[in-house]
Amino acid sequence: MSGASDALGDFGLWVYLSRTPLLWLTVTLMAYVVADRISAAIGRHPLANTVLIAVALAAGMLAATGTPYRTYFEGAQFVHFLIGPATVALALPLYRNRHTVWRAILPMGAALLVGALAAMISALLIARAFGIPAPVLAALAPKSVTAGVAMGIAEGMGGDPALAAVLVLITGAIGAVTVTPLMNALGLRDMRARGFAAGLAAHGLGTARAFHVNHVAGTFAGIALALNALVTAILAPIVLRALL
Amino acid sequence: MIQGAALILLCQLAGEAVAHGTGLPLPGPVLGMILLLLLLLLNDTLPRPADTGFLAPAADGLLTNLSLLFIPAGVGVVGRLDVIQAYGLGLAVALVASTIIGLVATALTFAAVARLLRQEAEA
Repeated sequence: MSGASDALGDFGLWVYLSRTPLLWLTVTLMAYVVADRISAAIGRHPLANTVLIAVALAAGMLAATGTPYRTYFEGAQFVHFLIGPATVALALPLYRNRHTVWRAILPMGAALLVGALAAMISALLIARAFGIPAPVLAALAPKSVTAGVAMGIAEGMGGDPALAAVLVLITGAIGAVTVTPLMNALGLRDMRARGFAAGLAAHGLGTARAFHVNHVAGTFAGIALALNALVTAILAPIVLRALL
Repeated sequence: MIQGAALILLCQLAGEAVAHGTGLPLPGPVLGMILLLLLLLLNDTLPRPADTGFLAPAADGLLTNLSLLFIPAGVGVVGRLDVIQAYGLGLAVALVASTIIGLVATALTFAAVARLLRQEAEA
């Protein structure tokens, strides 16, 4: 009798803990710590992206315990919330490197226009060639922009904001993993250009990757992230209408 | 640390208020970033600029761990991979190809214009 209630007691403890924010907040931080160790152990190889490893670990925990995402997010929201303040904090490296940034104003302007259009038009043309329907194209158009903005843009054009957020994060992961090998293959050593490309094509995930590589790269990634949010919000409806 | 965090949150709050109040296509945090940058630049023009060193611990702490902040959203995407599967190969090819095209086009344009202006690369 007491054995049964002990067993129930253990289970009761799990039920209790799994419903508090503490457990899933701890899991999120632990997944990051472990992923960072793994990434360091394999020499920071670009394919061993810390975010991807950590996401796989945490998602694995959810699947193994049958925990719904809603429960997980009650704990993880405290980390998720910090994306906003971190975006504001990008002002500090921007300010510290203001002379470097100001000198590069013309290359940035040109790269912003060419890069934003290239990423958007190529995505839409390829997807259209595969016969993907118009509402999905509307969710795809803003994929290089930070998630909050992309959701708003997609919704404004008749796309599903949740699908837009998924496409944004997958784009960020692809960009964060490919940017370093790609830039090395091109022989591009200008950290301003490399960082700016990472932030423009792969928003926050690209910016996080750029800060791992180099401080100048991270600063330019942050600028590109902010500028592309503005440019894509203006250009996406025009490009989409022209291509449909 | 707390002083810096308070200023950052204040800028974000002001940014959110402007974004919602005016319907600008920019998110509150991006407006907050612009506001914080303007404050820092304005401070420099004062006859006796305030010491803004208190910002560094909070701002650098957030930015050095930027990767951590994307884990909750990433875990959410794992659960929604079915929407991608529905459109299968086409969407996957479009995402991979356009991201690579976007990266290359941006970096090459930046480097080409910098070279035209005879600017030195910065490592």
